[in-house]
Amino acid sequence: MTTVANRLPTEFRPPDVRTGFDVEKVRRDFPILAQRVRGKKLVYLDNAATSQKPQVVIDAISRYYEEGNANIHRGVHYLSEHATEEHEAARKTVQNFVNASNAHEIIFVRGATEGINLVTQTYGRANVNAGDEVLITAMEHHSNIVPWQILCEEKGARLRVAPINDRGELLLDEFEKLLNPRTRIVAVTHVSNALGTVNPIPQIVQIAHQQNIPVLVDGAQAVPHTKVDVQALGVDFYVFSGHKVYAPTGIGVLYGKSALLEAMPPYQGGGDMIRSVSFEKTTYNKLPYKFEAGTPHVAGAIGLGTAIEYLTGLGIDNVANYEHEVLEYATQAITQIPGIRLIGTAARKAGVLSFTLEGIHPHDIGTILDQEGIAIRTGHHCAQPVMQRFGVPATARASFALYNTKEEADALVNGIQKVREVFA
Amino acid sequence: MSDLRELYQDVILEHSKAPRNYRELPQANRRAEGYNPLCGDHFTLYVDLEGDRVRDISFQGSGCAISKASASMLTQMVKGKTRAEAQKLFDKFLQLVKGEGNGNQAELGKLAVFSGVCEFPVRVKCATLVWHTLQAALEGKQEAVSTE
Repeated sequence: MTTVANRLPTEFRPPDVRTGFDVEKVRRDFPILAQRVRGKKLVYLDNAATSQKPQVVIDAISRYYEEGNANIHRGVHYLSEHATEEHEAARKTVQNFVNASNAHEIIFVRGATEGINLVTQTYGRANVNAGDEVLITAMEHHSNIVPWQILCEEKGARLRVAPINDRGELLLDEFEKLLNPRTRIVAVTHVSNALGTVNPIPQIVQIAHQQNIPVLVDGAQAVPHTKVDVQALGVDFYVFSGHKVYAPTGIGVLYGKSALLEAMPPYQGGGDMIRSVSFEKTTYNKLPYKFEAGTPHVAGAIGLGTAIEYLTGLGIDNVANYEHEVLEYATQAITQIPGIRLIGTAARKAGVLSFTLEGIHPHDIGTILDQEGIAIRTGHHCAQPVMQRFGVPATARASFALYNTKEEADALVNGIQKVREVFA
Repeated sequence: MSDLRELYQDVILEHSKAPRNYRELPQANRRAEGYNPLCGDHFTLYVDLEGDRVRDISFQGSGCAISKASASMLTQMVKGKTRAEAQKLFDKFLQLVKGEGNGNQAELGKLAVFSGVCEFPVRVKCATLVWHTLQAALEGKQEAVSTE
């Protein structure tokens, strides 16, 4: 049986060169981290839900509203021209960040969820028909399940699910077996939000492309933790959310290959997405505007561009290397605690430590840790099928970002000891 | 830690570890399901209603310490009561956990141990899940109850 463990993806291997990543300096860039909550130093370990924002991002958004606010793509005046330039510069920044061939392959959306819905409602409705199949995996977030379910229900198509093993790794052989001539698209997460598993995207893409099946990748949990190169990965669609990568909420990205995007019908109708409108006939705008109806989230796009510049300034490989070290440390420390069960023990993981504590419900863990100033998430993490797979109603999840430290991992461990004391 | 001790009083912890009336009730003529999927709390309540009176009551399921202890103590408190009495107790209990009451906890009896919940607003839904489930059972509602 082939698993991820013996077909390791290369893109997540920590770089060899050790660099002096100065986490204390980085922490000072994030004003929210300095505060105390409930009288304790804030330990923010809910980054898979949303990340905190560096001052440069907050400033970029403020500056836009203070000095640059205007509607874009339509004004002849100075402010509009300038706002348009900034908005399109952000698109260019995203393009370079994910190494897309063209800036028009970057579609701004509200987040990963909207990116997936866009694809199901356009590409999906045009290409998936009765009797066809869509293949996802057992570790998907609800946002990469439900839009496909809606599509399949509408079309009379079938949603197939590739299984995972007890470590939370995709069974690549089983995945391959599920592909067939009726499969119209594969949708898979890059990194699991509930388990932390890193999927072998290049291999998945290779297998699917052998049968000419396009692949959509949900990168919401991957982009903050690793270099993403959409061309090297070979993906057809890639989505992510800004707010998980140090940018504001309400902005995200759909990357799609030009040829696919060109052939797709539009998503929402409205201003900006049209070239000309009459009551008889409307012609649509070129890419990327065809998919961006209405006034976009200009401040969000500028914030996203700034966040990406911040991240690339630190060096994504340095970040990945540092985060890997902290996650390893935290994993080692937490597994020493009696009664701990890690949910998700894949050979390659990023960012996430999901666990249960014997005899103690995750919700109680969350409340007690919160009293210690430690923010984690408890519940099903919008991945109920994953909870069912592991036979747990919920887990406690600590998720890490580039500003988390080994001391914070220690605080988490001490907090869990306190939970055990309360329940002793 | 003091707020925590208020929330997780020994009686609550004890009930969560060794819940009372934790079984199926074969003769139950009412049953209802309480489910908070975000938390992962999921209980089934079985009620043997004789006329207007709860002759016997039990529950099964899983959830956090607060929700489970609440279910356990509910079964003890409601057994033998009429619908109206159970409803009155629920109203008082709601006031207690929301911190809205007049401080008179006499009628609540041992349910007063849940007074610490009002300091933890997000946990009110845990404490009240099974009470809403009881209400549904007594009203004969079919769909699962949620307090999320």
